[in-house]
Amino acid sequence: MGQLAGLALKDHLRESHIFQQRLVVAMVMIGVLVLGLVARLFWLQIVNQDHYATLSENNRVNVLPIPPTRGLIYDRNGVLLAQNLPSFTLELVPEHIDDLAKTLDELAKLVALSDEDVLRFHRNRRKKRRFEGVPLRFRLSDAEVARLAVNQYRLPGVQIRAELTRHYPLGKLAAHAIGYVGRINERELQRLDTSDYLGTSHIGKVGIERAYEELLHGHVGFQQVETNAQGRTLKVLERTLPEPGRNLYLNLDVRLQRVAEQAFGERNGALVAIDPRNGGVLALVSMPTYDPNLFVNGLDTLTFKQLRESPERPLFNRALRGQYPPGSTIKPFIGLAGLELDEIRADEPLNCPGWFMLKNDPRRYRDWKKTGHGETDLTKAIVESCDVYFYDLAMRLGIDRIHDYLARFGLGKRTGIDIRGELSGLLPSSSWKRRTYRTVWYPGETLIAGIGQGFMLTTPLQLATITATLANHGQRMTPRMVMAIQDPDNAERQAVAPLPQAPVPIVRRSDWDTIIDAMRQVVNSPHGTARRIARGLTYTLAGKTGTAQVFGIKQDEEYKEEEVHRKLRDHALFIAFAPVEKPTIAVAVVVENGGHGGSAAAPIARKLIDAWMQRQGRSE
Amino acid sequence: MSLLDPPAYTDDNRLGMGRRLLRQMHIDLPLLLSLLILVGLGLFVLYSAADQNPDKVIAQGLRLLLAFGVMLAIAQFDPYTLRFWSPWLYGVGLAMLIAVLVIGDVGKGAQRWLDLGLFRFQPSEIMKLAVPMMVAWTLSESGLPPTRRRLLLATGILLFPTLLVAKQPDLGTALLIASSGLFVLLLAGLRWRVVLGVFLTLSAAAPVVWHYLLHDYQRRRVLTFLNPENDPLGAGYHIIQSTIAIGSGGAYGKGWLNGTQSHLDFLPERSTDFIFAVFSEEFGFLGAMLLLTLYLLVIGRGLYIAAQAQDTYSRLLAGSLTLTFFVYLFVNIGMVSGLLPVVGVPLPLISYGGTSIVTLMAAFGMLMSIQTHRKLIAT
Repeated sequence: MGQLAGLALKDHLRESHIFQQRLVVAMVMIGVLVLGLVARLFWLQIVNQDHYATLSENNRVNVLPIPPTRGLIYDRNGVLLAQNLPSFTLELVPEHIDDLAKTLDELAKLVALSDEDVLRFHRNRRKKRRFEGVPLRFRLSDAEVARLAVNQYRLPGVQIRAELTRHYPLGKLAAHAIGYVGRINERELQRLDTSDYLGTSHIGKVGIERAYEELLHGHVGFQQVETNAQGRTLKVLERTLPEPGRNLYLNLDVRLQRVAEQAFGERNGALVAIDPRNGGVLALVSMPTYDPNLFVNGLDTLTFKQLRESPERPLFNRALRGQYPPGSTIKPFIGLAGLELDEIRADEPLNCPGWFMLKNDPRRYRDWKKTGHGETDLTKAIVESCDVYFYDLAMRLGIDRIHDYLARFGLGKRTGIDIRGELSGLLPSSSWKRRTYRTVWYPGETLIAGIGQGFMLTTPLQLATITATLANHGQRMTPRMVMAIQDPDNAERQAVAPLPQAPVPIVRRSDWDTIIDAMRQVVNSPHGTARRIARGLTYTLAGKTGTAQVFGIKQDEEYKEEEVHRKLRDHALFIAFAPVEKPTIAVAVVVENGGHGGSAAAPIARKLIDAWMQRQGRSE
Repeated sequence: MSLLDPPAYTDDNRLGMGRRLLRQMHIDLPLLLSLLILVGLGLFVLYSAADQNPDKVIAQGLRLLLAFGVMLAIAQFDPYTLRFWSPWLYGVGLAMLIAVLVIGDVGKGAQRWLDLGLFRFQPSEIMKLAVPMMVAWTLSESGLPPTRRRLLLATGILLFPTLLVAKQPDLGTALLIASSGLFVLLLAGLRWRVVLGVFLTLSAAAPVVWHYLLHDYQRRRVLTFLNPENDPLGAGYHIIQSTIAIGSGGAYGKGWLNGTQSHLDFLPERSTDFIFAVFSEEFGFLGAMLLLTLYLLVIGRGLYIAAQAQDTYSRLLAGSLTLTFFVYLFVNIGMVSGLLPVVGVPLPLISYGGTSIVTLMAAFGMLMSIQTHRKLIAT
């Protein structure tokens, strides 16, 4: 027992010894670290006191952000699409205001203040430091600025700040392509590099403004300024200039855009024109459109509600997001698949009685022409848009080969255009249907896929790109909005290189020529569905009309246009390119509820292509 | 009575009246006095830092009263009781930490608070005490230096809550929790070889931590620390403005309530984490030296208590708590003066704010308990 106690005591002493040792080490460490702190404080407060005293006591140095100037946007010919105009903002500096309520009352007598202005002011006030200006009213009129200036002496803490505001000189024109900027919201604040956006109040919300936000915005600069006790800037000590945003030159041609938008008139729809040689988007129309200037400084709730809830859906970008059945515009591509996959020969005719029947199916699949087209070969089938020929061809190909062939053109996938929000359309296949509906694919569905109806959906942008690809003999180019980027400092323009994609493989070039020639006859043959736009053509034009059913018509029931409500009428489609030999423009037009492609959509395309060819003729 | 039995603590009644009263209340006078001076000084600075807003000073005063009450209450328990409750406190703290990750409130982008109905509560504060207690408990179960198994166990005990807190993310508190546990290990006689090995491993792991474990804002803080001029409008602003405040204070300071940096709103978070900058601007180098001296008095007394403590658990706990207090101090002053990156650690006993003061005073309560429940060794 005594031995055990002795052992324990010994252990105890040893433990205590180790601990004391460690404690000494700890004290030494503490001493060293404290000496470090003392040295640092000595360095700051004794050695460099003068330096810091200058920074702090005499000069109250403040670091202020200098927001960069947002890049400008031009069309391909240098027409200004988005610019920055000076505007005046009324700001209050809470630190210098003794009685805020009284000041607000006074201000309300001088300028128009809405409840919303005051609410927003109070909201923003909490986020700022007391010596920072908090905006109360934007876009003061000249008269208001003058009234404030006269009264400023009795309103301490009230200041007017001039700032640059985004302005879109063309208003509604090409609004869906350019987009707009708006005030930065909470969600955007979280994903932003906040210090780069100090001093910036607006950010691109949609269109080019959104997609090229980083380039357009530039980088913030800052200045160290000396202020007096009131916070007023006395002297700029150091300045790092902001890096201004880049200017953008779009492929868009405003003249074409205007011609197209005017040609639509009151009708809704979309148009996309692409230069097949490089994928440049020459026109991007979505009708109706809206005035982007409304969004720059926030619109009042009522206007916004009207825009948002209008049945015409002006904010909806139909060119990118409108998904329409391609209708008969898909026929040249199905025909090409038939030729290239050796299912048909161009000179092999088929008799069209005006309807088509499947085995074991009592249903009659009708042609648009009740009496039928008679003996029909591929060219005639495209020129007159014979449905029966393509029912037959679709059955020969089967849905999965149709899917695979059209997928090579890029259908069913986003085109990769350099603005956001485009939809992918839908290119159906049997495995897609199994996945989505958990049912098998029915032969009848293949049949109507042959004439671009049923599940198949395409956006106007997709239609334009596949048309460009066809015109280009398989060469695929990613559609591009931006043509060149300019550094505003040295005005150097850097062209954006075209972005080719995997081409559609060519089995026989003659197959492509057959299809293209048929499309030419769509316009130029007296039987062509688009013959009415042939008059006075000074160049070669190839096209294909299409009509997309908005709702199904029952078996053997006739579609009477005048009896159908406008919103349920068929969509009119037209795809075209010109000149046929060396295409420089490919167009897709969708006129919602427009009826027939040949009469509603084709004339719009003709006007646009006329304008383009005129310009081309002059420039080349 | 064997020494292996749990030691019995008795009061020493061979002392004078006043001292006996203090003993009976389990108060350590030197510690109490230096704490009171520090806290009093803190209230003065706070009055200035809070734009002479008496409400804030009163709120802080009430909080301090509560904290001193907690300290006295804890001092009444003897170290044996503290030791007995260590695993329980640790378990409860850990459970709450996990709860906070699952259902906690998010404040300022970090998930730290647990809403207990009546008040919101940061479970990581408990861990600042529970981790050193638990590690000391583990190591004091057997003799020193600890066996390898004990060491591994202790490492796990301190690492797990540290990671949970770091994930919230609260780097400052995680740092304090980790160091409180590490100090126990070091004081217990962890071999220097092992310390060196761990240090080298950690240095090697640093790039991994940098890329995968740190949040963007934490990475930015480190980068800004390395070069504050890089981001004078964002994260660098704090450091630039606080060094200007400290430096412009000079030897004697600008005088109480006369700091321009703080009163012209240049200095952010000046009543909380950056209050040392206000103090140094107004009281200068001399003031800062006085403050450091007061802190060193507290720390010195704490280490003395640790050295005098009579069993392993008390020793380790007292030593670790005192050293952690120093880490608080060093990290905060280092950060505010631009020596260390900005880690959210308050200036102990002076920064405005709730839970951390209560935790700190609870730790001093433990020190007092260790000091005043001394057993008699018959000589």
